[in-house]
Amino acid sequence: MSVANRPVHRPLSPHLQVYRPQLTSTLSILHRATGIALSVGVLYLTAWVVCASGSYDVYAKFQAFNGSFVGRFVLGGWLFSMFFHLFNGIRHLFWDVGYGFEIKDAYRSGWIVVAASLVATAISWIVGLRLI
Amino acid sequence: MAEFTLPANSKVGIGETHKAPAGAKNIRKFKVYRWTPEDGKNPSVDTYEVDMDTCGPMVLDALIKIKNEMDSSLTFRRSCREGVCGSCAMNIDGTNTLACTKFIDEVKGDIKIYPLPHMPVVRDLVPDLNVPYAQLSSIEPWLKSTTQPPTRERLQSPEERAKLDGLWECILCFCCSTSCPSYWWNGDRYLGPAILLQAYRWIADSRDEARGERLDQLEDPFRLYRCHTIMNCTKTCPKSLNPAKAIAEIKKLMVERTI
Repeated sequence: MSVANRPVHRPLSPHLQVYRPQLTSTLSILHRATGIALSVGVLYLTAWVVCASGSYDVYAKFQAFNGSFVGRFVLGGWLFSMFFHLFNGIRHLFWDVGYGFEIKDAYRSGWIVVAASLVATAISWIVGLRLI
Repeated sequence: MAEFTLPANSKVGIGETHKAPAGAKNIRKFKVYRWTPEDGKNPSVDTYEVDMDTCGPMVLDALIKIKNEMDSSLTFRRSCREGVCGSCAMNIDGTNTLACTKFIDEVKGDIKIYPLPHMPVVRDLVPDLNVPYAQLSSIEPWLKSTTQPPTRERLQSPEERAKLDGLWECILCFCCSTSCPSYWWNGDRYLGPAILLQAYRWIADSRDEARGERLDQLEDPFRLYRCHTIMNCTKTCPKSLNPAKAIAEIKKLMVERTI
């Protein structure tokens, strides 16, 4: 068979391996990741409520876990996920009606969402600790 | 389904290094993706040391210099060398753009050059564009009318004509489609930003009378709605067009016609 007629198994050109992470795509995948985190977090909240309806010992154990480093990381992550998903969801609503598509605006709104999520998470965390 | 890693035959190895001629003082390294169907080997990245004192300012100038003076087997598409033909679209320094309008000086460090992402490779920097071209023909990119043709030109008001600005300038280089993760994972069924911008170009044309049919054809979970407003398309477009905005306008029309 001549070279020209030989079947060719073309390689796939590199994609994630070479494409430089963009703010646009990073926030997009973060929106999806935080959405998944929130869904899983609902199970965590459910477990919390179930423990509260159980014995004092069981609830105390759950609370002890909440206070541990891992527990605080989970709760803090869930809190950030909620605020990021909420604020970025509002950003999506603006897009849905046709606003904010210039790259300059998309970057500005993206950084605003990141900053607002961090600030809201920090405020909630501090207020939460004060209430205890 | 999304496959985040490259198939076994596509993993990229390290290739040859082509040294700059003796005496060259102002050297920059170009790391270029190479693959040929002839030898049965995996793709690799060759390094070319280019003497910038005798090279033009654009990435395409360097590629042509390499092909002329260092390695005639290097294969890439090019034609107009001024950003109107779309042939030299490739991934340079991590984003998609036209080699002819990308300044070498814009890149810090080594200049890494790959074909447009997540496409079958014909050879070196030449991707197989058969699928996007077939997708383009699927949206029937021509003026359709059912009424009697006028005896003279089909007139448009300046306002109607203005709606086509930002759409007609597309040169179909596919930088946007191949920057889109949704198109990477679902490129067989999702039309991608380049084609959807073309679709909107005809939907927005006051002279076209097939808007309803065009929207019917796009009303599909994959063809249109795999767009999740990631916006890599608009970020990377070398003509500064806005495919994400065009897609959003199509989505708005889909809603408007049902309420």
